[in-house]
Amino acid sequence: MEAEHAEAQWLTAECEFSLTELVELSGSSVEELRELVEYGAITPVNPESLQWVFPGQCLPTIRAACRLRVSFDLEPHGVALVISLLDRIHDLEAQIGRLRASEIQAQG
Amino acid sequence: MKYKDYYAILGVHRNASREDIKKAYRKLAHKFHPDVSKDPAGEEKFKEVAEAYETLKSPEKRAAYDQLGTHPPGQDFRPSPEWGKQFGDGEFEGVDLADLFAGLAGGRHRPGQGTGQFRMPGQDYEVTAHISLEEAYRGTEVELNLTMPEHDEEGVFRRLPRTFKVRIPRGATNGQRLRLPGRGGKGFHGGRDGDLYLNVVVQPHPLFRVNGHDLYFDLPLAPWEAVLGATVEVPTLNGPVHLKVPQNARAGQQLRLAKRGLPRPQGAEGDLYAILHIVVPAASSERERELFRELAQGSTFNPRGRFQEELKSGS
Repeated sequence: MEAEHAEAQWLTAECEFSLTELVELSGSSVEELRELVEYGAITPVNPESLQWVFPGQCLPTIRAACRLRVSFDLEPHGVALVISLLDRIHDLEAQIGRLRASEIQAQG
Repeated sequence: MKYKDYYAILGVHRNASREDIKKAYRKLAHKFHPDVSKDPAGEEKFKEVAEAYETLKSPEKRAAYDQLGTHPPGQDFRPSPEWGKQFGDGEFEGVDLADLFAGLAGGRHRPGQGTGQFRMPGQDYEVTAHISLEEAYRGTEVELNLTMPEHDEEGVFRRLPRTFKVRIPRGATNGQRLRLPGRGGKGFHGGRDGDLYLNVVVQPHPLFRVNGHDLYFDLPLAPWEAVLGATVEVPTLNGPVHLKVPQNARAGQQLRLAKRGLPRPQGAEGDLYAILHIVVPAASSERERELFRELAQGSTFNPRGRFQEELKSGS
């Protein structure tokens, strides 16, 4: 079968999404996304504005939040708590990675 | 289609209560959910567990499942014509057990039936692409082979193989995400197509360790190279280069090779760091031992000088 060529988009801070786009892409409702912002699980780049814009890396976070909500039947603040704890674990893992990368590994 | 024993997957009896099924599912979800589990096989196990729970939690779907009878797991079977009449349309060719029950939302309903022109977005998919550090450095193309359940014109799920070639631009780092718009499951009745999400995992390299866009490696030096200084050939992802080690280099010192790390999609390249590591040779010949004796006699160096200083300052 002939392979299709697919164009990819980096989900980094350089790519931004509006609230409406995130609703469409993640399958979450506007209320659910507002609650994730309120509980600090995701942060718009312009929190003071009425037209929120979100950095691209928010999308995987929101998708994880959706999966956790459905799989564990969680309340919005429970989802936000799990997301915050997972973020802390990722930060700690990144720190361990940095320390391991910059220390001598060779023996003898 | 292949039979799956949903009760065995959840580890419950066939007559387990709804509450027991929920408890068993939650316990397994805690263990295997890909967002919280570190088990590399967790994702596959969770899919099985979620599929079993999705069917057994609904009384209608559970009753339909029970009426399929019991078969050894993995055995090919076909639902009876009576079962087909009651729950489906008797068309089971190329249909997976999960698809069969996904189509049985709330009993006899199949997507596309009863709800008229209800728009259904396509399913999103998430896959992991393992690439080497060299591929991350130069950019690469990965081929993804996926089997996507899709609705046909009549609303029945079918599993169709799809192959995508995805260009991963140079400078990808571990854990970065890519979105491929519209490359997930097909939408239904005008709903948008789902997206495909790619998780980039850079495999560990035997020489270089990665920190963001910077790379680190151990540079072994002979004691005389460390003392006298030397120009040594070192590897980089773009071929070997000559590195000048200054005189009196110490173990653990880092020498930076600017812009020899991973490129960034936007902006400058990361750096490459050589971490100095002094290797003491085993003196195998009499001549070598003689030279070390000569050095021992001529040197005033005391590697344990700090002991005395620390003891004095502590008293």
